[in-house]
Amino acid sequence: MVSDLMNIYLIKFLLEGLAVTLEISFFSIVFSVILGTLMGIVRYLNIPILKPLSNIYVDIVRNIPCLLFILVARFTTPLNPTLSGIAAMSFFTGAIMSEIIRGGLNSLSKGQIEAALSQGMSTFQIIRYIVLPQAYRNIIPPMMSQFTTVIKDSAFVWEVGTEELTGRGMILIGKYGSTGQVFTIFAAVAGLYFIVNYTLSHFARKQHNKMAVRSY
Amino acid sequence: MATNPFAEYKWQALFTDWRLFADGLTVTIEVAIVALLVALLLGILFGVAGVFPNKNLRILNRVYVEFFQNTPLVIQVIFLYHALPHLKIILPVFAIGSLGIGIYTGAYMAEAVRSGILAIPRGQLEAGLSQGFTYFQAMQYLILPQAKKIILPSIANQGVNLIKNTSVLAMIAGGDLMYQADSWSGMNMYYGPAYIVTGLLYWLLCFPLTKYVKHLEGSSEVRS
Repeated sequence: MVSDLMNIYLIKFLLEGLAVTLEISFFSIVFSVILGTLMGIVRYLNIPILKPLSNIYVDIVRNIPCLLFILVARFTTPLNPTLSGIAAMSFFTGAIMSEIIRGGLNSLSKGQIEAALSQGMSTFQIIRYIVLPQAYRNIIPPMMSQFTTVIKDSAFVWEVGTEELTGRGMILIGKYGSTGQVFTIFAAVAGLYFIVNYTLSHFARKQHNKMAVRSY
Repeated sequence: MATNPFAEYKWQALFTDWRLFADGLTVTIEVAIVALLVALLLGILFGVAGVFPNKNLRILNRVYVEFFQNTPLVIQVIFLYHALPHLKIILPVFAIGSLGIGIYTGAYMAEAVRSGILAIPRGQLEAGLSQGFTYFQAMQYLILPQAKKIILPSIANQGVNLIKNTSVLAMIAGGDLMYQADSWSGMNMYYGPAYIVTGLLYWLLCFPLTKYVKHLEGSSEVRS
């Protein structure tokens, strides 16, 4: 019976899974943005040795499925399931973020940097106060779409036994296997992912429109 | 004491079982090709629906794109695998993989097609209509050929994502490359060689396509 699922413990069980999904996604997003920004700057400034190294990292990592990194982090390091998921997803998404951020950096005109240099600003100041704020603003749409991809792809960590939202949904399906129950559980899990991602992309669109107006 | 993850005997074991990995690679490529065709078809149909004068079709486009872009591919594929048999629909894993990944990627392609068409000034469509073209003729002969240049880089980029996403088959015992690597190394614990070879094979599939995307993006920039 579907009504068997309307149980506070089952709902809590699923929501705890959502919390793990959000935890993995949040830290993966933060770390990958940091990693991607550093790599993006290194490539933008043409820093010797570091630039070819970042190029190699990006060219290798973004052409390999995220799931492989999840397996590697889980089975060849001592990290626990959640941490290995964060490590793998940060490492993978960092390469994609680096490309997105580099695109944002390249969209700025060089004249601004020359102007800032002529005002006596240091390279760090230029990056921090002139280049990055504008670059981030230009790349809000692709970056936000990558954030939702991270949340969705975090479902892959179920493969290594992590009990996040997908994993917990599957545990419930193992226990409550009637047709109505299976469809209800799928609807609940998909619905939770949808609410999180739709809210995020909706917020991003609004934020982007607001900033786009301000830039004129 | 930890043993060397790349010990020679582990590599020998892998080369003895090379056929497993070759079979996995074949499945991955086959699923990717079928899924790409599904995704392109759905992408064009729903993408054009997204700019169609009919409001219901535009709503249909939004529902399709928003639903499939905001829920995980893993859930969609597992749904086909676990839930459809309850409705007496039992699909082979190959069909589940190609359909699931194709429908998921199709949502991204539809969005690429839609924004590509919207990038062409509306005056062009109106000019075509005033010259006696029907809506579909104007789309086919005027709008889509121009939009193609804008759409192609993102379509190709989605192609790379599609190949990487075929690894979702590993989660439903789909016999693809990732599944073979995971189950082979899960049995004998020879993770090192299995992951290196698998990564290399995926890289060989994706890297040329990524380079092609770069090339397309570069050439479309020059033209504009």
